[in-house]
Amino acid sequence: MNRSFTRRIALGALLLGATLAACSKKEAPPAPAAAPAPAKPEPLKAAFIYVGPVGDAGWSYSHDLGRRAAVEKLGADKVTTTFVEKVPEGPDAERVLRDLVAQGNKLVFATSFGFMESIVKVAKDNPEVRFEHATGYKTSDNLRVYEAKFYEGAYLAGVVAGKMTKTNTLGFVGSFPIPEVLRNINAYTLGAQSVNPKVKTRVVWVNSWFDPPKETEAAQSLLNQGADVLLQNTDSTAVLQAAERNGKLGFGWDSDMSAFAPKAHLGSVALNWAVYYEKSFREAMDNTWKTEVTKWGVKEGMIDYVKPASFLPADVQQALETAREGLKTGAVAVFKGPLVDNAGKEVLAKDAVADDAWKGAINFYVKGVEGKVPSGN
Amino acid sequence: MIRLDVRPTPSLAMSVLSPVIALTVTVTLGGLLFLALGKEPGRVLSMFLFEPFNGARALTELGLKCTPLILCALGLGLCFRANVWNIGAEGQFLMGAITGGGLALWVTNAQLALSPWAFFPLVVLAGAAGGAAWAGIVALLRDRFHANEILVSLMLVYVADLLLSWLVFGPWKDPRGFNFPQTVNFSASTEIPRIVPGLRLHWGFVFALVAAILMWLFMFRTYRGVRLQIGGPAPAAARYAGFSASSAIWTTLLLSGGLAGIAGAFEAVGPMGQLTPHVASGYGFTAVIVAFVGRLHPIGALLGSVVLSALVIGGQLAQSRVGLPASVSGVFQGILLLSLLACDTLIHHRLRLVGWSRRTAP
Amino acid sequence: MNELALLIAATLAAGTPLAIAGLGLLLNERAGVVNLGAEGMLLVSAVAGFAAAHDGGSEWLGFLAGAAGGAAVAAVFGWLVVWLNTNQYATGLAVSLFGSGFSAFVGIGYVGKQLGEQPPHRVPFLADLPFVGPALFRHHPVVYLAIALVAAAAYFLYRTRAGLLLRAIGESPQSAHALGYGVRRIRFAAVVTGGALCGIAGAYLSVVYTPLWVEGMVAGRGWIALALTVFATWRPARILLGAYLFGGVTMLQLHLQARGVHVPSQFMAMLPYVSTIAVLALISRNPLWIRLNMPASLGKPFFPGA
Repeated sequence: MNRSFTRRIALGALLLGATLAACSKKEAPPAPAAAPAPAKPEPLKAAFIYVGPVGDAGWSYSHDLGRRAAVEKLGADKVTTTFVEKVPEGPDAERVLRDLVAQGNKLVFATSFGFMESIVKVAKDNPEVRFEHATGYKTSDNLRVYEAKFYEGAYLAGVVAGKMTKTNTLGFVGSFPIPEVLRNINAYTLGAQSVNPKVKTRVVWVNSWFDPPKETEAAQSLLNQGADVLLQNTDSTAVLQAAERNGKLGFGWDSDMSAFAPKAHLGSVALNWAVYYEKSFREAMDNTWKTEVTKWGVKEGMIDYVKPASFLPADVQQALETAREGLKTGAVAVFKGPLVDNAGKEVLAKDAVADDAWKGAINFYVKGVEGKVPSGN
Repeated sequence: MIRLDVRPTPSLAMSVLSPVIALTVTVTLGGLLFLALGKEPGRVLSMFLFEPFNGARALTELGLKCTPLILCALGLGLCFRANVWNIGAEGQFLMGAITGGGLALWVTNAQLALSPWAFFPLVVLAGAAGGAAWAGIVALLRDRFHANEILVSLMLVYVADLLLSWLVFGPWKDPRGFNFPQTVNFSASTEIPRIVPGLRLHWGFVFALVAAILMWLFMFRTYRGVRLQIGGPAPAAARYAGFSASSAIWTTLLLSGGLAGIAGAFEAVGPMGQLTPHVASGYGFTAVIVAFVGRLHPIGALLGSVVLSALVIGGQLAQSRVGLPASVSGVFQGILLLSLLACDTLIHHRLRLVGWSRRTAP
Repeated sequence: MNELALLIAATLAAGTPLAIAGLGLLLNERAGVVNLGAEGMLLVSAVAGFAAAHDGGSEWLGFLAGAAGGAAVAAVFGWLVVWLNTNQYATGLAVSLFGSGFSAFVGIGYVGKQLGEQPPHRVPFLADLPFVGPALFRHHPVVYLAIALVAAAAYFLYRTRAGLLLRAIGESPQSAHALGYGVRRIRFAAVVTGGALCGIAGAYLSVVYTPLWVEGMVAGRGWIALALTVFATWRPARILLGAYLFGGVTMLQLHLQARGVHVPSQFMAMLPYVSTIAVLALISRNPLWIRLNMPASLGKPFFPGA
């Protein structure tokens, strides 16, 4: 038993009312830098709110990684950041945002969709502060939105999955049937079909972003039905680990999860928010910040397929590289006509490339995905 | 060894001192904890004890956070005093949010131009109806089938939560909301009037204060209210008091359900202004603790909700200002609540140190 | 056919933590104590179990630590409600709050850590049988332990003097007290034992089932376990049945989805709760049934002096 464990138990004993013996070391995650630099220009003060704990190893964690990397890149003398984690997506968010503004933050990021109405209100009342909202769709003079083209990562995973599947059945563990997730399911399927037309995808919804035991159960049910390569749109490593235990294959999501499943891990669809946060910090400092809608993908490096498994056969690696290059140069578009949904209806005409409105309104499965979108129209 | 003896009469001194003792214990333990984490204890503690009360905006935000807690805890206090164990205020809160929010949605979609002041009583009624109906199921099952109300009310929380989730993912989804699970923003007609323009505190807070006073009058100044507390649903005792057990069950559950429902409706049409799956934020459960921290007294509910709200707000302030992780706030909150509950024992009990050797018979 | 076997296997695995936690809560409730802190206990034991299994390198160490963690939290709860007579519901909810904060706090360093590889589990010979092999005999030992624990609890409650005493205390603490039994000591023991069982369930979730530790990972299973005790009308064997039923409904729903069958998931998810209410109403309707089933002093404090 190592020291860290003993120390934690000792700390537990303290809290349960015993002694304060052995705690000396900081247990907190790296505290937000608070020390103001003595340098001449005031550093930019930026703040983040997260919906989950920074230790969720998923969505909020990826934003926190991005925040820290961007600060490191620019230097703590240029930017100081603070964050508030586990902010409920209700009226509390507005209070937290207002408090962050009151503390003198000039750039505020809200990193979950559910903060939309709160940030809209706070932005309206604080025109001198700049606001950024991840995955939202409402903008104003001092509020802009950004998101990652997650589906490009899902497409790349699909290319690998299409090559690696033996049963021609892929599995997808979905959180909620919102457009973002439906895009990912469809992109995963389209990626696979681009290399293997026989592929079909089975989808299971867990109705939660985060419920590891249920994610495990969903993965198990997909594996039991013959799916042999799994992708998930949930935040934990549970699905990948279930694939590993069953001798099947899977992917990491949000961040590099290669360590969790050395045999099953085909690669990870990882977010890199740092590229955007760095840009945003710079623009706020140079006063070039202006309202826009940012959707970045593989080309800009906000999303990527990282840590491809060493056991990928050469032709799979080749296919992956081709697709990745294609996405970068624009030669490959994930949603390009002709596309038919799984009821046989044409949803995108021949040679048409989907625009943002089309992508935002997805509420169907493409051909090859089985079943029906829950409470779809 | 420490022994507890029942006091012949509740100690007045202790009823004042016990929260002080609890606070001292918590501040000491919390201070040590913050120190161990390398934080300045005084500064962190001030985030919980001082900052939530510092300034007009902070106070109004505190009031806003208190409003649903007060409303839920008032009803629960009455229930618990009458020995009716309604643990499911969260579900009644959600149903009130559904009916109140549903009404606002209807007004919005029908493009009715109402004065917010005309809508206010309507949304109160709608919320009360939703919450009372949900609690009514509990009352019905308790009264007719003798089904344990703790368990029924608890189970109904989940049913209400899933019902809300079905509504916002399905029939009530904003058609132009890009398939996200939320309703449209309610129209201005439905907004609860604010007390001070520019600050979020709305007249629902005043409503909650008035409700507290009315509840106090009902509990201690009406025959029926006093009788409820003596009799409760215990059939024998109730018969002596000359009224039926089922009346106690129905009265307390409908009242507390109605109040929780109003709280939910206020939350939906007040600070949220729409329905999302995130309406449930645990107010109904927290209110159980508030009710006990407030010793099941209406005025106590006011104080208890201030304590709980300050803890939550303080926890968030401590994150951004002193970098205290959210989990540590959670631990601190837990310690405070447990010591508040534990110290209230001193009101009815005396602590005695008993020698290890002369263990008394059980 | 094979698919059905796998569905059965998945159901048993999913039902196991619910069964063990439900059994622990049943023991509490049989003694007259309702512990709404179940979620908090599960979380603390999940992190304790994961930490011990990770640092100690042994799954069984994880279960031991989980049981100890669950028992420790239960002891705090038990001390408050049994000895200090605090209200069970408020205290339980506060323990839940405390447990989720505390587990998140001590668990920060274990997020993203992983345990060693699990060997596949097989019961010799039986595992190779067609159908029943993959369905029943390829499980982690704790899956069988759950069944054994249920049998042991049933034996304890209905065939031993101590079990009779426990039930008597749940029925009428006053009479038991009058007969000279230490009601509080026994209630406290029941609470701690129940906590230890919840601890095993929590450790199973983080060490075997998922296996990982992330803050809040229990995701409401404590509440389901509480519902289960009612659903089972406080009978150990029915706990097991109920747990498999709960687990089975979830797994069936997921399997149907995977086959492309459209299920309105919210209504499906309501099913366990609605059926629990229905069962409760049904058994409570007949005064004899409820007297035979529900511990009469459930949730009520006991004052020896009174």
